[in-house]
Amino acid sequence: MSKPIIATASLAGCFGCHMSVLDIDDRILKLIELVDFNKSPINDIKNFTKKCDVGIIEGGCCNTENVHVLKQFRENCKILISLGQCAIMGGLPAMRNNIPVKECLEEAYFNGVTVGENKEKIIPNDEELPIILDKVYPLHEIVKIDYYLPGCPPRADLIWTALEALVTGNELNIPYELIKYD
Amino acid sequence: MSDKVKFTIDGKECTGKKGQLLVDAATENGVYIPVLCHWKDVEPAASCRICTVRVNGNYITACTTTVEEGSTVENDTPEIRDMRKTIVEMLFVEGNHFCPSCEKSGDCDLQALGYLYQMMVPRFPYAFENREIQASSPKIFLDKNRCIFCKRCIRMIKDDQDRNYFAFKGRGNHLEITIDEKLAAGMTEEQAQRAMEICPVGAILRKEVGFITPIGKRKYDKVPIGSDIESQNKKGGEK
Repeated sequence: MSKPIIATASLAGCFGCHMSVLDIDDRILKLIELVDFNKSPINDIKNFTKKCDVGIIEGGCCNTENVHVLKQFRENCKILISLGQCAIMGGLPAMRNNIPVKECLEEAYFNGVTVGENKEKIIPNDEELPIILDKVYPLHEIVKIDYYLPGCPPRADLIWTALEALVTGNELNIPYELIKYD
Repeated sequence: MSDKVKFTIDGKECTGKKGQLLVDAATENGVYIPVLCHWKDVEPAASCRICTVRVNGNYITACTTTVEEGSTVENDTPEIRDMRKTIVEMLFVEGNHFCPSCEKSGDCDLQALGYLYQMMVPRFPYAFENREIQASSPKIFLDKNRCIFCKRCIRMIKDDQDRNYFAFKGRGNHLEITIDEKLAAGMTEEQAQRAMEICPVGAILRKEVGFITPIGKRKYDKVPIGSDIESQNKKGGEK
């Protein structure tokens, strides 16, 4: 039997959850015995080259590109996992959710204290740029998500325990200390 | 003695005093019933409903019910656990609870209940309501994003003339907690500290003292909420 294939992505996140994946330390050697990786920032494979078994996604959806990548993952992965608070509830980027987008952009490009000269009052608007959404959405409000691993970042032991249980089919028992929202 | 009352919680024989609230009697018997709005010896608000138990087959809040002779109480059943988990999830989507950026994280009762019931994601959509932070008083922040309307601060934090620092404003889904800014200007350090401690979430925070306790040493980092009460239970059982 071939090894399960994992793909990962970071949407509106800070890559902290990916760092936490690497925090499993030497167990990463055991992990690559258990699974293969496809599209992921860890191996720098940009596009899906085959269907995957598990997709792990960090970060919520704050723009159209995030939504596009998320839908790609749903199409190409049998199981999707929301990794971390941003994927689960929008996280810190979602703190803009009760501020109108216009105000956010004006703060970022005109009024913010660290903004340089912008005499022509330009907000970047190239067609190459993804369009910012009205608010930051948790992943499960856009596509179906199968499992959730909370934390900011999720503890490395939680990621390891969950992944190992998933690929080996063993029962998942999560100790109290591993479920945290911060 | 006639003022003693015998009853059972999940089959465990318990003893209480006549007229005593069920939630307090349970605590004395080493049984943890979760609370967010209740505080011992303060008039009950019964606003959070998390202490809902089943007494003789009827669902009722343990913070408003007194112990009765011979009653049968169900507390930690799968059905009640799921109901409590639902309440926690509703509270999480109703307010803006950004745990990673909250000073109360690790010491927060609402969060601790999320951990206890292993809430991975709320089953309801997030509301992301627009709420303000009232930072005008010199001693404390009042972050309305996090308030769960437990009324503890309204019921318990008063000045020497029995005037309220905190109050509710509005009705229905416009309800919000607010602070009397003039009165709060004279708040003492002790009152500010007390207000922060009784707040079950991070809605009331003292200024200038944030993030004192390191991660790993906070109240609910290693042990679940209620384990202090349950451990009395085990000690009692060993005797």
